Parts: sequence; C-alpha cells; structure tokens
Amino acid sequence: MSKVYAMPNVATPSTPVKIDPEKCIGCNTCVNTCQIDVFMPNPEKGKPPIILHPDECWYCGCCHLDCPTPGALLFNWPLPLKPRWRRKETGVISQTR
Amino acid sequence: MGTWNEFLQNEGTPPEWPYPVKFGEETEIEADVVVLGGGIAGCWAAISAARNGARVVIMDKGDIRRSGSGGPGCDHWCNVPANPHSRVDPDEWANDEMNTLGDFSNGIGIEIQCREDFDTLLEMEQMGGKIRDTNDDFLGVEGRYDDTKFMFSPRYSVDGRLAPAEGWGVPGYNPPEQRKNTVIRVWGTTFKPALKKECLKLGVKVLDRVMATSVLNEGGKQGARVVGATGINVRTGEFVIVKAPTVIISAAGLGFLYTLDTEHGGISTMHSRNECGDATVMAWKAGAKITMMEGSSPSRFSGGLKHKWYTGGADASYENVALVDADNNVLPAPKQSWEDGGVMFSPNAKVIADLREGIKEGKYKLPFFADFAGMKPEEAHATWDLMLSEESTTKVMIDTMEADGFDKYQDQILNYTFIEMQPSQQYRDAGSGGGIMTDWDLMSNVEGLYAAGGSMFSPQDHSYCAATGRYAGRKAAAFAKKTTAGEICRAQVDAEKERCLAPTKNATGMDWKELNFGINRVMQYFASEHKNETLLNMGLEEIDRIEKNAVPQLSATDPHKLMRALEDLCILDSAKIVMNAMKERRTTSMKLRIEREDFPETDPEEEKHYLAQYLKDGELHFERIPIRYWGDLKEQYEAHNQDYTGVYDYGKEE
Repeated sequence: MSKVYAMPNVATPSTPVKIDPEKCIGCNTCVNTCQIDVFMPNPEKGKPPIILHPDECWYCGCCHLDCPTPGALLFNWPLPLKPRWRRKETGVISQTR
Repeated sequence: MGTWNEFLQNEGTPPEWPYPVKFGEETEIEADVVVLGGGIAGCWAAISAARNGARVVIMDKGDIRRSGSGGPGCDHWCNVPANPHSRVDPDEWANDEMNTLGDFSNGIGIEIQCREDFDTLLEMEQMGGKIRDTNDDFLGVEGRYDDTKFMFSPRYSVDGRLAPAEGWGVPGYNPPEQRKNTVIRVWGTTFKPALKKECLKLGVKVLDRVMATSVLNEGGKQGARVVGATGINVRTGEFVIVKAPTVIISAAGLGFLYTLDTEHGGISTMHSRNECGDATVMAWKAGAKITMMEGSSPSRFSGGLKHKWYTGGADASYENVALVDADNNVLPAPKQSWEDGGVMFSPNAKVIADLREGIKEGKYKLPFFADFAGMKPEEAHATWDLMLSEESTTKVMIDTMEADGFDKYQDQILNYTFIEMQPSQQYRDAGSGGGIMTDWDLMSNVEGLYAAGGSMFSPQDHSYCAATGRYAGRKAAAFAKKTTAGEICRAQVDAEKERCLAPTKNATGMDWKELNFGINRVMQYFASEHKNETLLNMGLEEIDRIEKNAVPQLSATDPHKLMRALEDLCILDSAKIVMNAMKERRTTSMKLRIEREDFPETDPEEEKHYLAQYLKDGELHFERIPIRYWGDLKEQYEAHNQDYTGVYDYGKEE
C-alpha cells in the first residue's frame, strides 16, 4: 500500500476533465488555451498536464476545443451537473457517464 | 496522474510553481493605444487600431486565443440589419431595439452595432471566421439563403422582444416574406483564434496572461488625461507599465458580487471568474463617469445545467425545439422558432403561470422534455450541430453527450423547470449592467480613455462587443495620431505596484475565497431585494470594516492567487460603487429592478435619468444625465463618422 499522507479535503469538483495518458502527447495546448489556468504543465516534459485549480473551472470547454489529439482530453461533468435524456420510442432515461 | 492531489500522493511533494516568479520586477512598453482586456471587444479594438496605423499593446488575464466570454464560441450574430437579406433599415432597427430594451439602454452602442455589424462580420470572414454554410451542410433548413449561404435565425424576426407578442404561435403569425432577418447564425468557435492570428499578423504586441490593474493619469491626478496603464503577469507576477496616450477598456463586467460558487459545480454561472468588475473599477479610479450600477438582474445561482443553455436545462427553449410533457403532449410554450417570432419561454410570466396551473389540474404531466426527436431532421441537425455546437461553452457538452449515446434524432433532453428547487426570480444581482459612460467616439469624460463591449453601460451580446470594439479602436487610433503621449507619474506607478504586491507580503493570512464570500454576505444582507437607507449604510460600513480589517490580511503565495486576490479588491470597490448608487437612486423602479422601502413611488418622471458617479480628488460625486443624452441616432452617428468607409481594405499582401 502506498504511503498515507495527512491531506486537507479535496476541492470539489476535483476532476473537470479526464486526460488519457496513453493518448495525450503532453503538448500543453490545454494549459495555454485555458482562460483561467486550471492546468499547469507537468514538471516532466511530454507528460499530461496537472489539474491545479479544478474549483475555478467554468466548463467553457476551450481545452477540449483546441486539443489536437482526438480522445486525449475528455470532459468529466461533476455529478450534480450531468445532463439526462429520454429515448422517445422506449422511454429509457440515460445520463452522461 | 491528473490532479494536484494525485501528484502529491505519487511524488510525496507538491509540484513547484511552474513559471519563474518575478514579484517586484517590472517592464515598460510604449504604444499609441493600449487595450485592457482581450476578449471579443478588445481583440477587435486592437485589430482596428492597428489597421488605422497605431502601435498597439493588448493585455489579458488569459490567452487571447480563447479568452473572454466569447472565447469558446458564438452561434448568433445579432442586430445585423445592414445585411443584404434584411427587411429593415439599420437606423430604424436601432431605434426599435432601444425602445424594446427600455429607457436605460445604450443607444450609442446599439446604433454602432446596427450600422457596422455587417461590415464587422464580413471582416470576420476575411480573417478566417466561418459565417456561411459554405459546405452545404444545412441544405433545406428554414432561414437558409441558397445564393449567399447565409443562415438566419428566427430570433427577433418580428421585433427585439424576448417575451412573446400577441398572436404568437398562430399560423401565419410570422410569414417568411415579413421576417426582419436581423440575426445570422455563425460558426463562432472559429472566431477567437482567427482574431488572435490577425493581431499577431498586424504587429500588435500581445501580452497574454497579464491582468490590467490600473489606468494612469497625467500627473497622477484623477480625471486628468490618460498617459498609460499598468498590469501584472498572472503567472510570473511581473509588473507591466505601458505608456500610451490612449487606453481602451474592454474588460468584462461585474460578477461574483453576490455569490461565489466554487464547490459542487465549479464556477457554474454564465461567466468565468475572470469577470469581476475590473473594467468599471479601473475607469472609476481614473475619474471616469460610470453609470447603471444600481440596476439589478436576476440572481445567478447555479444548478442543473443552467449556466450552459441560457437558463439551460431548466428552460430547454433551444431554438426550434418544442417542449413536451411526460406523455409527449406539446406544451403551449414558445420555442424561439419562426412561429413565435424567436421569443423565449423563460422570460414570460404568463406562460409559466399557465403551465403551472396546467400541472396542478393534471393537464400536463411532469417531467418535461426538449423534444429533439420530434423535430424535422434537418432542423434538429441545425439546432444541435450549428447552434449548440457553436454557442459559447456548449460544444463540449454536445460532444460529451454524443459520446455517451445521445442521438438528436431519437432523444429528448430532460427539462428541470418545475421539478428542480427553484425560487421565484429574485432581482438581486446588481451592477452587471453598469459601466462606463461615453460620447459618440466611445471616449469617456477622461481624455484618451475609451470603452468598448462589456465595459460600456447596458452592454449587449457578442457582435455588439465586436462592433463597438472595432469602432473604439478606429477612434482611439485617430485620436492618438493628433496628440502626444504625456509623461507617466512615477509616484502613481509606485503606489499601484505596492497595492498590487501587498498580498504577496503575507505568507499566511486570508485567502481570496474567504474575502470574496465575506463581500458576498454583505451584499446578500444589506443590498438585497428590499432596500432602504439604513440597510445600505450598514452595508457600506461593513465594507469599510472589511477593507480595514480583512484586506490587510489578504495573502497570495503565487501569481495566480494574487490575480484572484486583486479581483477581490475590484469586487470590494464594486460593492461600494453599487451600494452608493443604490442609496443615491431615491426611488423604486421596475425598469431598474430596485425596490426602495423608503421611497415607494415607482418610476417617477423626475427620476428618469442616468445616475453617473465619478471620483475627483478621491471624493465621490454624482451627476444626473438625461436618458438618451446621445441625441438622434442617425444624425449623430453620421455626424461622427463622415470618414468611415465600410469594410477595411483588407487582404493585400504587404
């Protein structure tokens, strides 16, 4: 088991985007395009950025718009903000994951 | 690894601040025009000033490639009556629009928008923005013209109202041959990157991640002509001084005065945290007249998806999408469509009351849905893949929902009206429609200080910001040509630098969020729906106490937190400005949405004026300026723009 540190509560929401480390090329486009500096570049060059200020995210989606690698950066709606919809024919309700 | 906490867990130590920290260092630049705020208005101002021969500097807290409310996108280019398919005269439309918006609208801005919006749009296309259906993706969609490939929106196709007029929804109410055609659907996600590219091409000096902090006056004297501006880099903390004879303020309006909601939904309002009133406060401190700070708008609480689609999931009046009940009965609510003249559901109290009554009587069954599946396929395609894909901040939502299986031809989006806890509309959130007063050149009473876009009082939408920015840039460049730069007063710079860096001197203390929450609480208690002199005085005293006791404790350990702390100080000044304006407006007003218990008379004739406030030698002064002080729109516009030649001669290689 990894070491247990004494940590303050995590800012909520903590993860407005999910970055796929396999697909992310570490180009930092999202770091530079984010209006409010939610991200910081990873100290290790070429690695995915670090989410530093998740609580300031306003979900404008500019990081997603400008990401050059399809599927590398996916939005992760906070639990209370997930949209719901109904398939008209079946009545089945779905929600974003 | 993704979050800061995960980094700490893995590495056993937090990451170091990733940028060089330069608190105390400074850099000085000279220009003819300095633009404060690089959103839509700022970028257009910079481009137009540069095209008119000025040396331009632009600064923004973000990267101007995507910064500002219009950075993510825009789906409608509104008030564009000069387009070839329009059925209304631009001056006539400007007057209609002003009458619709009411006594406290901004006629100068609206006339500029109506006159120059189409030129601005054509220039947007020249720069690489997509404004027509050039790929024929939307053939057969209502409002599309096959010759020009322009696509019109049903919005405001009868008049400028948001609430429905008599007879809406009746067949033949808004026939194609009578539609005004004043709103063009556009691909706004392409705009902001094109604007940045153009700035760089024209040699504009772009200071990304530099927050403007003050306007400098000659001799450091409030109200004297401008000699430049200051800023601070929000990644390095370096202080920036720009010497220039003209300053254009094009930063955003006021937000977060009444609420700051960073938890559970992030900053889930219509605007990013960057919008915190710095435009108005910088102008006010420089001696400019500002107005409309007492007017209130509905409280912006976040919930559901309200911040995404206007009132969002709670409204679902997405263009042309009908609202249906649980049994798929179409509800009698307007849907921003051709049949209702493009008006919205939410601002109409009668429609809401009728629906509520219908629910009680069992006529309509909850919950309601936005019925994409019931639309003609080509219209569902246009609403989903053009309107909602290009509107500011919604593209990401479209993609996420599609990735999780949403099908616009088969599905219906849940609507939250009447099922979510929803208080009645409360007009509390004051100040967001306030801003700088200007003349027909968009210059304030301070010589050389201009305003554009959201910095103007009673501002409007994306294309309003574009047109007024473009206009202010042209006027500022012309003014800079005939004047010389004044000397910067070092004492003023030193005082500003000390003010900006003070929070970095406290290694521990109060963080920016607590200060913001504290100001919010004062506003919630003392400047809420019911106002009187006693409450407002108590509020002002509370703000004084916060300034004396809490502000000196404000602590910022890195340049980002410093930015937020400095924004708090703008919010603090805004609290004073707003409460003083509320005190001075001694009336109840339905137009301004103010309820004064001690002055119950509603909208008396003698109170029909703009209440301007300004500082002189540190003292607050008020002035009452007649509404419509700008005179006849057509005459005045033409008198001030005899040299205007339309679309700039563009595209020639140097």
